[in-house]
Amino acid sequence: MKIIVLVKHVPDAQFDRHLTGEGNTTDRSESILSELDEYALEAALQLIEARGGEAAGNKVIALSMGPAGAVNAVKKSLQIGASEGVHLSDDALAGSDAAATSLALAAAIRHLGADTPADLILTGMASTDGETSLVPAQLAERLDLPQVTFASSLELDGATLTARRDGDAHADTVEATLPALVSVTDQINDPRYPNFKGIMAAKKKTITTLSLADIGVDPAHVGRSGSWTAVESAEARPARTAGTIITDEGDAGIKLVEFLAAQKLL
Amino acid sequence: MAKVLVFIDNPGQALKKASLELLTIARSLGEPAVALNGDLHDDVAATLGAYGAQTLYRPSAADLDDYLVGPKASYLAAAVQTADATVVLTENSAEAKEIAARLGIKLGAGVITDVVAVDPDGTAHKSVLAGSYITTAKATTPVAVLTVKANSITPEPAVTGTAPATVTVEVPETATAASARITARNEKAASGRPDLAEARIVVAGGRGVDGNFGPVEDLADALGAAIGASRAATDAGWIGHDAQIGQTGKTVSPQLYISAGISGAIQQKAGMQTATVIVAVNKDSESPIFEIADFGIVGDLFQVLPQATEEIKKRRG
Ligand SMILES: Cc1cc2nc3c(=O)[nH]c(=O)nc-3n(C[C@H](O)[C@H](O)[C@H](O)COP(=O)(O)OP(=O)(O)OC[C@H]3O[C@@H](n4cnc5c(N)ncnc54)[C@H](O)[C@@H]3O)c2cc1C
Repeated sequence: MKIIVLVKHVPDAQFDRHLTGEGNTTDRSESILSELDEYALEAALQLIEARGGEAAGNKVIALSMGPAGAVNAVKKSLQIGASEGVHLSDDALAGSDAAATSLALAAAIRHLGADTPADLILTGMASTDGETSLVPAQLAERLDLPQVTFASSLELDGATLTARRDGDAHADTVEATLPALVSVTDQINDPRYPNFKGIMAAKKKTITTLSLADIGVDPAHVGRSGSWTAVESAEARPARTAGTIITDEGDAGIKLVEFLAAQKLL
Repeated sequence: MAKVLVFIDNPGQALKKASLELLTIARSLGEPAVALNGDLHDDVAATLGAYGAQTLYRPSAADLDDYLVGPKASYLAAAVQTADATVVLTENSAEAKEIAARLGIKLGAGVITDVVAVDPDGTAHKSVLAGSYITTAKATTPVAVLTVKANSITPEPAVTGTAPATVTVEVPETATAASARITARNEKAASGRPDLAEARIVVAGGRGVDGNFGPVEDLADALGAAIGASRAATDAGWIGHDAQIGQTGKTVSPQLYISAGISGAIQQKAGMQTATVIVAVNKDSESPIFEIADFGIVGDLFQVLPQATEEIKKRRG
């Protein structure tokens, strides 16, 4: 079984995040592997481990698109357990919106499947920077694959995939036939951490770097010029500041109601 | 005049407020039409007319709900072409965003999500990076697809209502070919409380409620509020996952957010810090939630919440 997991290098949400430069793209200086992609990686590893692991011919390819630093997301994925890594990197990709991103990723996935197509494309439920959740669905559309998004559980029986998807009004059981594209939520598993053995093993694993020419994508179709949306302005919202803080002396509930009344919120 | 197509998936017996908001925005952008999926009740048809819908499009297929997303996007793409629409508006739910995503690829149209306001020229306003930036964005393509958050505008009926014509849109036969099927559906019991995404007031509980959401529920009911939760509370199984607020839960922007027994981790703040007024009740004065609270109470939620609930009831007589 061949699984491609999409991993993204994103600004660490623990720090202040910024939009910079022309096109207001995210400043990626303090970046990490998107936490939400760790769930996808874990799901992939569990699937191949249940099928005899790499020894039985299974593999998990971690694929990241992004500037030079994005290779760190691939490296971390290898430490966690991915079999090999691929870094799609090209200056022309800078500023790509979801549509352009999905175009490049779809081409990379086709390229990686030229000999043996992947059985499964796994992604996180959203990136922790863009947070649009558009890319998984757009990839499914571009690759003409069944889309099983927001999976909170995943089972595979032969070529039949069964997943649970929790909606607002209802929870659904969803079934698809491989090959398929699956995005998983943070409810699906507890991702493992890289251990010493994994970190050492990762050093011997290969990372392939691909350019747009390698995957046959016209640079005009990606990046800011190839995007279908443009950010025209960005303004930092003034940070929230602390208001009044009181310590309960037995009447805080009443003071709370007085506050609400003063704010006309009752 | 630009044709604006509003997608409404399964309106049921009555239109949601969010749908009325979309129709109101649509009128400010051009000539509104509606693409529906599911049953069309007379009341709903009448309301759509009152809100100015010129045409109602309905799919030729009745089984779109049996598949995940893909076939609905195919239907909507056909509807956009039939209507000759240049703007598509949908709600901002996870499913609607995915339909918008695929529609965008089918039409070569730019998709903008989490929109909170739209200018007459189609410029969309949204907040990004967990509410720390406000941006404007525009689709650079002939067709724009916008998913709009609930509570973005006050819905208003059209000055002159219409009696919209109904047109059936052929759903392409290939629409269901490469699609995941929904094999079982468990409807969740309705709580009788306001919908979390649309609520004006949210009372949320975290690990501090220690398995007992009673005080949170009582205060929510006194205020007519929806109930939210931190991931710690949903992971513990004290309340359904659909109540989770935050990065991997819902993003809410109510007028009032009351946070009780929640520390205020960055992933939780991501879902609530655009609330107009934030009130926090937490035993630990060092909790990060106090950095963003307009009114913070260092105290035990099991004392503070019931007292507040009593006081509200007393004031209301
Ligand atoms: C990838 C990822 C995604 C995540 N997504 C989300 C998300 O969407 N939403 C989310 O909420 N979290 C999310 N988290 C988890 C988040 O990091 C925190 O762990 C979580 O928000 C903590 O929940 P809590 O504040 O209820 O619990 P805690 O951090 O344990 O805080 C409990 C608080 O309750 C207070 N308390 C205890 N007893 C009382 C009492 N009797 N009265 C008053 N106060 C009391 C304590 O002082 C403490 O501050 C995510 C984490 C990851 C890694």
